[in-house]
Amino acid sequence: MDPDTDIGGPAHRFPATNHSAIINARSDDSRVRRRAFDTILASYWKPTYKYIRLKWHADNEDAKDLTQSFFASAFEKNYFATYDARKASFQTFLRTCLDGFVANERKAGSRLKRGGDMDHYQLDFAAAEHELAAHASSTLSHEDYFHREWVRWMFTLAVDAFRQRCEESGRAVHFQLFERYDLSDDEVSYASLAADFGLDTATVNNYLAAARRDFRRTVLEKLREITATDEEFRTEARSLLGIEAK
Amino acid sequence: MKWLSDDKLNHLRTVVSEPDFSATKYTFVKELGRGGMGIVCLAEDRELDRLVAIKILNTPDITEDLRNRMIREAQIIARLEHPGIVPVHDVGTLPDGRIYYAMKFVRGNRLDEYAAQGASLRDRLRKFQSVCDAVAFAHAHGVIHRDLKPQNIMIGSFGEVLVLDWGVAKIRDDPRSSAFHETMEGTVIGTRRYMSPEQERGEIDQLDERSDIYALGAVLSFLLNDQPKVSKAAAAISSKAMSSEKANRYATASDLSADIGRLLDDEPVSAYRENAFERTSRWVGKNRFLVLLVLAYLLMRIFLIFTSRR
Repeated sequence: MDPDTDIGGPAHRFPATNHSAIINARSDDSRVRRRAFDTILASYWKPTYKYIRLKWHADNEDAKDLTQSFFASAFEKNYFATYDARKASFQTFLRTCLDGFVANERKAGSRLKRGGDMDHYQLDFAAAEHELAAHASSTLSHEDYFHREWVRWMFTLAVDAFRQRCEESGRAVHFQLFERYDLSDDEVSYASLAADFGLDTATVNNYLAAARRDFRRTVLEKLREITATDEEFRTEARSLLGIEAK
Repeated sequence: MKWLSDDKLNHLRTVVSEPDFSATKYTFVKELGRGGMGIVCLAEDRELDRLVAIKILNTPDITEDLRNRMIREAQIIARLEHPGIVPVHDVGTLPDGRIYYAMKFVRGNRLDEYAAQGASLRDRLRKFQSVCDAVAFAHAHGVIHRDLKPQNIMIGSFGEVLVLDWGVAKIRDDPRSSAFHETMEGTVIGTRRYMSPEQERGEIDQLDERSDIYALGAVLSFLLNDQPKVSKAAAAISSKAMSSEKANRYATASDLSADIGRLLDDEPVSAYRENAFERTSRWVGKNRFLVLLVLAYLLMRIFLIFTSRR
């Protein structure tokens, strides 16, 4: 090996965070538990709704009620505190809880009341329904479907968080370039972006590289919030980034 | 929030896993492949003006402790100077925290591609023997590969054999070590078809040189698989290397190499006990020239005796 091998790399590494909502769901402090619950709800409500619609053949009103009741019940009964990372990923655990919940509700045969204080959450079921119509003919198993929709939702949330972060840090141009080049359906070249934004192509290249790097960091931060252990984080990161096991 | 189509989602997943070499001396050229452990890409080393293969490991973040251990272990791997082991030039961290290591870029075919091109059995066995020799060298330096398979063996443009991808190698006497990957008990590392039973069970502490010997046996089995005539001795070598009990496998890769050498020289191999007929057949096969000469001489004598009587 070269004696001057660069081992350390640059200083701005991906920062490890300790704000795991899964761990905080076990907190004795009700405010911490509530914040953890909010994070879990935000990360999972949409794949949950779509999964109920497809697997349990629920109509949209029924699926709405079941989604809200499931999360309300999970919070009231503190389901998520019982999660054990050694047994399964949190995603699998949540899906298993959900299946049990829906099966019980179906067995009881009663019309659900929307749970607890869920009404103050702005869950855009209409958008979820619209998306469902766009990819209803999925050939995936229900489990794979849930996973794919969760990945889609995590990336959607990350795009939103990244936009906000760029705007707050005065780097709106970075996001706009990222949006035009990586999110838009229209194909654009670096040269046309350079002309549109009044930059040279090298700067467009650098800004885009930085934007992608920060976007990756945002995706992983989102994931860190909803994983309990390093091992689970790494496994889920592989799956989220599309680097599946051989 | 904008809905992400499948195409857009796949694009974003690719984008975020693409390496950012902006803070290094490398320029990304193209992706060569991706698997469970990470991405391999072709890059240009701008300082030395040469192409290198870079493997980016799929660790989204890394602790200081793991980084230090990586450095020590990368140094051990880099010291494996053998013509059959692909050299590691460099190791470092990308701006997003992922670890990379740069290796010699080998032009040629992977062993599975080489076999698919119709290489003869003897050529396959010679290449396989070179693989055993390279692995024996690594073992002698305390390094266990843990992911030997045809896809990690290259046949270079001049027929040279190179064992690649030491990224999940384990340094002996350091049970938690893994060259560039944190390994915990119960973690399954490797490729199932070539994985020893102890490796498949995730018994990290039980892995040693004989786990690699199992994988070598599986590679040999792969090379023999599509051959029309495989001797019982060759099949027995593969079976012995792939014994489910570690104690029944070859003790060293050198022993396995030696048995392959004997097979190539038509000598008896340690893995197979021949009966008298097989021993005679092999002797005749090996000394075909001498046998033909003796037969010709005898025929000549008979002819002379027959003609002198007339």
